[in-house]
Amino acid sequence: MSTIEVPRAEFLEISTDQPAQPRRRRIKRKTVNTVIWMVALLALTAIVLYPLVWMLFATFKPSSEFGQNPGLMPENPTVDNYVKVVEGIAGTPLWRFFANSLFIAVMAVIGTLFSSALAAYAFARIKFRGVGLLFAAMIGTLLLPFHVIIIPQYIMFNKLELVDTYWPLILPKFLATEAFFVFLIVQFIRNIPRDMDEAARIDGAGHLRIFFSIILPLIKPALITSAIFTFIWTWNDFLGPLLYINTPEEYPLPIALKLYNDQTSTSDYGATMAVSFLALLPILIFFIVFQRFLVDGVATQGLKG
Amino acid sequence: MTTTQSIVTAGADAKAMRRELRRAERGGPSMSPGRRRAARRESVAGYGFLVPWLIGFLGLTLGPMLYSLYLAFTKYNLFKDPEWVGFDNFVRMFTDDPQFMQSVQITLVYVLVGTPIKLAAALGIAMLLNYRNKGSGFFRSSFYAPSLIGASVSVAIVWRAMFSTDGPVDNSLSFFGIDLGGWVGNVALVVPMMILLAVWQFGAPMVIFLAGLKQIPQELYEAAEMDGAGPVRKFRSVTIPMLSSVIFFNLLLELINAFQIFASAYIISNGSGGPAGMTNFYTVYLYKRGFADLQMGYASAMAWVLVIVVAIIAFILFKTSTRWVHYAGENR
Repeated sequence: MSTIEVPRAEFLEISTDQPAQPRRRRIKRKTVNTVIWMVALLALTAIVLYPLVWMLFATFKPSSEFGQNPGLMPENPTVDNYVKVVEGIAGTPLWRFFANSLFIAVMAVIGTLFSSALAAYAFARIKFRGVGLLFAAMIGTLLLPFHVIIIPQYIMFNKLELVDTYWPLILPKFLATEAFFVFLIVQFIRNIPRDMDEAARIDGAGHLRIFFSIILPLIKPALITSAIFTFIWTWNDFLGPLLYINTPEEYPLPIALKLYNDQTSTSDYGATMAVSFLALLPILIFFIVFQRFLVDGVATQGLKG
Repeated sequence: MTTTQSIVTAGADAKAMRRELRRAERGGPSMSPGRRRAARRESVAGYGFLVPWLIGFLGLTLGPMLYSLYLAFTKYNLFKDPEWVGFDNFVRMFTDDPQFMQSVQITLVYVLVGTPIKLAAALGIAMLLNYRNKGSGFFRSSFYAPSLIGASVSVAIVWRAMFSTDGPVDNSLSFFGIDLGGWVGNVALVVPMMILLAVWQFGAPMVIFLAGLKQIPQELYEAAEMDGAGPVRKFRSVTIPMLSSVIFFNLLLELINAFQIFASAYIISNGSGGPAGMTNFYTVYLYKRGFADLQMGYASAMAWVLVIVVAIIAFILFKTSTRWVHYAGENR
């Protein structure tokens, strides 16, 4: 049946179409429009990405060129900035700041995935007294300006003598304080049909079994999106380490950048640019590799960048 | 499905679930002991899974919130015990602190001017991207990149260099005969510069708009065309209403986020909030009061003013949303 119907439909479509002459003109106009569209978007892309490209080229300018040569290309290209920057600042080599940032970010990813997935499972799959209220509270924390809790948190960590350790930066991640990720995973679990966990329940599996052997493998995409965003946000976080980390050797990159910015910005623009670019590089690479994942994650979940 | 919609449906879901549970727990003669035991077992499992989140919520969010509410009515410097001062902090803020008033003023300008421009750019460019499909994945990713890194220290450093005297921006403007000098040290231009930094990050709301645009059924546009609607009419009568839930979501989140600008303003002014307090945005000032001057009571009071403002904005948006936000499948 269908093999007969399909060609007939196609035939009908063709026969009702416009005569050939205006159609060709229409196609031509369409091509022109597409070209204009393409050019406009390419120009826009150039403007949007210009600061990053300018930054990359600026890392090869000697410091004396800043304020003299606002263009893209360095007049006397040099890698001195990088050589200088690798040595580090305040007696701490650059790799140390990278290692600190990496350690904090990796711990944050582990903590966020662990705690958010557990909480999300409870919100999405377990019916218990108070779940509605708790879920509403969780959504409420999404909109809460976090500045209202930083002062008491600081006082608390100060009393616990955890200031100038990584605990204040990592511990909250193990307690699912980033409601965004809980919410993201809840949404993902809700879209998984219940058939499989119901079958498992009938076979006598408890929630732990269902969580580990059915749900966890199925929510991998949501976990990957959460992991990438947690990594990037933690890598970029400025206020947290600004509050809690006082020892230069323990600084993560954003605070180390502040150090460069404070001490050398007037004299050594080139080095500051180079270290800023290096700090951004892991994220840019992450982005280029995972862009589809990230952008689709934002599109479907309404997640913020 | 957009997040606002899912928040709404999730809320309804939870409400139904709660009703069902209450009925189950009330038990009565209709409920067998076996079912009651099962319900209890579910509760144990539910709270078990929630242990980390609950500790975080009570210990790191709710508890600190209440404590900061208390601190807002005290004088506290971390070393001596908090001293109750009643409404003094709030009174001082609004009557005797010109820095606070200036900070509120520039933050409001930044939020109320910057957010609409950013969202308009996001919507316009999303519509442009939606026009054709060729390479739109590449454009979408390129436009999104600034949103991902925009709040970082590195970008703040670049932004300052770009807008400094004889920097690229100053230079290209002079090419057109506009001589503004550097924006960074200019009292009149530093807030616009910060707004441009926010607008540059239009990618995140754009991606959400684009997903919304893709869900508008093409037939609606065809029907409108049939009725003789031009592009403006189609935009007003099809695009805007069909996109209203996404606009609502973006508006809410962008407004709330804009109030909390910190790192870029801090870095661009080297933590000083200068020139002449023009980058002393609300949270920068809060940080200075709380952690540089150790006036933690006053800073807590400031934080609560921010919470109240954000709550009022969210409340107004949610209240008026019934009038202008349409969900698919709903009669209007």
